[in-house]
Amino acid sequence: MHELSIAHSLVETASRAAQDAGVQQVQAVHLRLGALAGVVKEALLFSYDIAAEGTVLAGSRLEIEDIPVAIHCPNCAVTSTLASIQSFCCPLCGQPSADIRQGRELELVSLEVSDEQPTYP
Amino acid sequence: MNSPRILEIRRSVLEKNDVLAQNLRARFTAAGVLVINLVSSPGAGKTALLEATLRHLRENGIGAAALVGDLATDNDAQRLARSGAPVRQIVTGGNCHLEADMIETHLADWGLALDSLDCLFIENVGNLVCPASYDLGEHLRVVLFSVTEGEDKPLKYPIIFNTADVAIITKIDLAAAVEFDRDAATAAIHAVHPGISILETSAKTGKGMSNWLDYLNTCRNSFALHRITP
Ligand SMILES: Nc1nc2c(ncn2[C@@H]2O[C@H](COP(=O)(O)OP(=O)(O)O)[C@@H](O)[C@H]2O)c(=O)[nH]1
Ligand SMILES: [Mg+2]
Ligand SMILES: [Zn+2]
Repeated sequence: MHELSIAHSLVETASRAAQDAGVQQVQAVHLRLGALAGVVKEALLFSYDIAAEGTVLAGSRLEIEDIPVAIHCPNCAVTSTLASIQSFCCPLCGQPSADIRQGRELELVSLEVSDEQPTYP
Repeated sequence: MNSPRILEIRRSVLEKNDVLAQNLRARFTAAGVLVINLVSSPGAGKTALLEATLRHLRENGIGAAALVGDLATDNDAQRLARSGAPVRQIVTGGNCHLEADMIETHLADWGLALDSLDCLFIENVGNLVCPASYDLGEHLRVVLFSVTEGEDKPLKYPIIFNTADVAIITKIDLAAAVEFDRDAATAAIHAVHPGISILETSAKTGKGMSNWLDYLNTCRNSFALHRITP
């Protein structure tokens, strides 16, 4: 179980970005999670709330986009996504390929924020 | 009420570890040290293989050292130190994997002269899940699994097998006793990592050790291995 440690890294990176941008409140954090990242989504969601406590991210939503693995087939010259990470074969022709083009992502994409706007008389 | 706006970030969550690992790898490469990260489930035979490997490398005048991660004990480090090679323990205190900053810190405290080394082995914590996500600055990630673990292990832990550079089937001396199905094991490994090299070893009888040592030697000589970030 290393999702708590991942969640802490995520919160650290996101809070720094929020602070740098002068953001007061974060509504949501958007993350891209590759099927090969080695992170269990449910465990990360659970850990996120714990890690976010007491930070600018407290109470925010973690929105995770699942990214499937994509491999490039030299036979077909086509990149296809895999239905399962237990078989690295081209879905078109069946040729095995280790040429991975997508699926390792563990990427903080964006924050949904609201700014404290100054009030004018 | 302000309407929310989107603040673009686009950064890897493991950026800190990855940058540290890349710096470590550059240092290792500059010093001419081949660094090997050994991963497996607990008891697959990492320490046994490493004991035999260190002994052999020393006998052949190749400078080798080992960093050993363990949840709580220094038993493995003691076993490895008997080979005469420099060995250092990293007690992770319950952490289920090693991270690049642990390698950096322990190397600094250790005061090991990297220039005088040829190979540095890192025995990761016994775990087939978490170590997959953490680049330690190694050139070579080696995944081990023993004939007693079941041929379908790679299908159960595809990511660690996929991110490894070579797979070693260990305890091959027990293959007949457990009716190990070599073809099924090979098919399972290649299903999750097409084309990966597969070696077989027995730390007990020495079978396959020369292939493994040859493999290491080839890697040391080429040094063309630049791992992509896992
Ligand atoms: N028969 C046999 N037993 C082995 C071999 N390698 C390791 N073992 C045994 O398997 C157990 C676990 O080995 P160890 O090296 O501590 O595994 P680690 O947890 O991966 O470091 C020990 O009891 C070893 O003696 C081998 O090649 N053959
Ligand atoms: Mg061990
Ligand atoms: Zn194809």
